[in-house]
Amino acid sequence: MASEHATVLVVAEHRGGKLSAATAEAIAAAQQLAAPWQAAVHAVLLEGAAESGLAAQLARYQLAGVLAARHPALAEYTPEAYTQALQEIVSRRQPRAVLFAHSYQTRDFAPRLATRMARALFGDLTALRVEDGRLTVSRPMFQGRLAADLVVPGEAPAFLSVQIGAFRADRAALAAAPAPIAAEMVAPAAPAAAPEAPFQEAKQAVDLTQAAIIVSAGRGIKEAKNLDLIRALADALGGEVAASRPICDSGWLPMDRQVGSSGQTVAPKLYLAVGISGAIQHLVGMKSSRAIVAINKDREAPIFEIADYGVVGDLFEVVPALIEAVKAAKAGG
Amino acid sequence: MRILVCVKQVPAKDAPIKVAGDGAWIREDVAYETNEPDAYALEEALRQREAHGGEVVALTVGPARAAQVLREALAKGADRAIHVAGDDAHRLDSYAAAEAIARAIAGEKFDLIFTGLQSEDYGYGQTGVVLAELLGIAHATIIMQVQPAAGGVRVKRELENGYFQYLNLPLPAVLTIQSGINKLRYATLMGIKQAKSKPLATVALADLGVSPSLNRQSVAKLYVPVKTKKTELLEGPAKEVAAQLAARLKNDLRVI
Ligand SMILES: Cc1cc2nc3c(=O)[nH]c(=O)nc-3n(C[C@H](O)[C@H](O)[C@H](O)COP(=O)(O)OP(=O)(O)OC[C@H]3O[C@@H](n4cnc5c(N)ncnc54)[C@H](O)[C@@H]3O)c2cc1C
Ligand SMILES: Nc1ncnc2c1ncn2[C@@H]1O[C@H](COP(=O)(O)O)[C@@H](O)[C@H]1O
Repeated sequence: MASEHATVLVVAEHRGGKLSAATAEAIAAAQQLAAPWQAAVHAVLLEGAAESGLAAQLARYQLAGVLAARHPALAEYTPEAYTQALQEIVSRRQPRAVLFAHSYQTRDFAPRLATRMARALFGDLTALRVEDGRLTVSRPMFQGRLAADLVVPGEAPAFLSVQIGAFRADRAALAAAPAPIAAEMVAPAAPAAAPEAPFQEAKQAVDLTQAAIIVSAGRGIKEAKNLDLIRALADALGGEVAASRPICDSGWLPMDRQVGSSGQTVAPKLYLAVGISGAIQHLVGMKSSRAIVAINKDREAPIFEIADYGVVGDLFEVVPALIEAVKAAKAGG
Repeated sequence: MRILVCVKQVPAKDAPIKVAGDGAWIREDVAYETNEPDAYALEEALRQREAHGGEVVALTVGPARAAQVLREALAKGADRAIHVAGDDAHRLDSYAAAEAIARAIAGEKFDLIFTGLQSEDYGYGQTGVVLAELLGIAHATIIMQVQPAAGGVRVKRELENGYFQYLNLPLPAVLTIQSGINKLRYATLMGIKQAKSKPLATVALADLGVSPSLNRQSVAKLYVPVKTKKTELLEGPAKEVAAQLAARLKNDLRVI
């Protein structure tokens, strides 16, 4: 493929009339990938028939263009319509790579799109490297305990989705003058049934986003009654109690205490993770905390990779001792 | 309803994972268990059958050791099981695994196919969606509730940040099941006994024309992630590390 014509497409994601924060991250990744290939980056926007202003928002980035595909069947996200529309666009534009943010929505349809085009989706990527023209990507495996490098086969297009938070949104280069917006014709069939409107399960009773100190329990706590230990530590520190998903799934704490991609996103002054392994879905909800302390008996637990202080030990020994030490320190000891 | 449940055998959560000599896989001398969301998928299938009748079939693609997850599924109540077996069956990517599943069930008719939403080893989160595409049927991911509805099924799908959404799908369909959708049951002694007489069919992966050579993504190198943050690790007797940590909280982080 002639490199001067090489194209990289980046698929924008939006909900409720707003671009998702991860779209800028995907644009940053696309710009980084396009540089060594000297490829032109085009953003792809799929939306309902009406002009929404989203294309103009995308045009603020340094892009060769925004391809706005508008069709009534795209008004609500469905995997069928998105797969069909993107297949049309990719077939027509012949990009070298198609980039997505590795969101729930991308996970829902991009594997289907890639399969339909006889390719794989390389997903959850934390790094993209072009060496001697070959693209190597990195992604977590074994729940983040190991990382893997994969070589992406040369035949275009490569379908790539980047892990949320792995590329910085503020690195997405902005344009001096708005990028040109072009209408892209697509004709996806209407889906069998439209999805219903998104809703929240229950009114959030606690707003963890405002907490200055959070003590968060994971499955290492073993039993519901042991949460008393976490409550005691939170009391000693004057903080809120939170948890990883399995704790809330088990009904040991209400869902509004859950931190992570399907729970709340928090950024307290101190996040103390007790018996939490550090799966990416948990990390995305707390990694912007000012300081992270982890207590875990496994010194190779991924949580230690993002912790400022890590205590390798049995929480049932460390937490009671810590409660006493905190009380003593507060008392001026 | 006839429901196929795809269950994968993965290293146990607390197994010490070490990169093997070839640098592309792990050392296999670890304990194994059923992939967590797959256990929830099986439970959901059993509950659907108990409420609405039908059949639950458990299927795994894996080496000989993987038959264990099928014996457990049978003990919990699956009616029969299919083992797609091959020595290198654990080295398939999601596309090749989906091909193996699609070919193994050719000629069977299922109303629903459940997979877990993600495997704990590869973590692709794709096999169910790819399978739906190969079979040319509908799919929905990250499912937290399944209800039969007129002409199809009504499901609750999880979205980001605590949001959900209901959607209706025609049958047949593939659903990828999220952990926590239900409460898992344990196998009873009676169940374990009955499982011995339930059909467990073995199909050779090679006879289906599937091998890792079908992979569209293969792991070139597996390694311990490089730390990007400087973590101060505190180790020692609980009392001492607690005092050290309290001092850091007070003097460095100034939170107490
Ligand atoms: C689509 C999707 C969305 C998700 N959303 C979320 C989300 O919003 N939030 C979330 O948290 N997860 C979420 N998850 C689940 C996530 O992938 C992990 O499964 C989960 O975070 C693991 O929770 P955990 O760390 O408590 O448990 P585990 O991974 O089981 O870890 C337990 C830890 O405790 C340690 N431990 C055990 N005993 C002790 C002891 N005595 N002392 C000290 N340490 C001990 C172990 O070493 C281990 O590291 C989601 C998953 C998916 C696929
Ligand atoms: N080898 C396999 N055997 C049976 N089911 C599998 C296999 N690989 C993947 N699956 C199913 O597909 C889901 C997603 O796997 P993955 O795409 O690897 O994240 C798992 O939760 C399983 O239900």
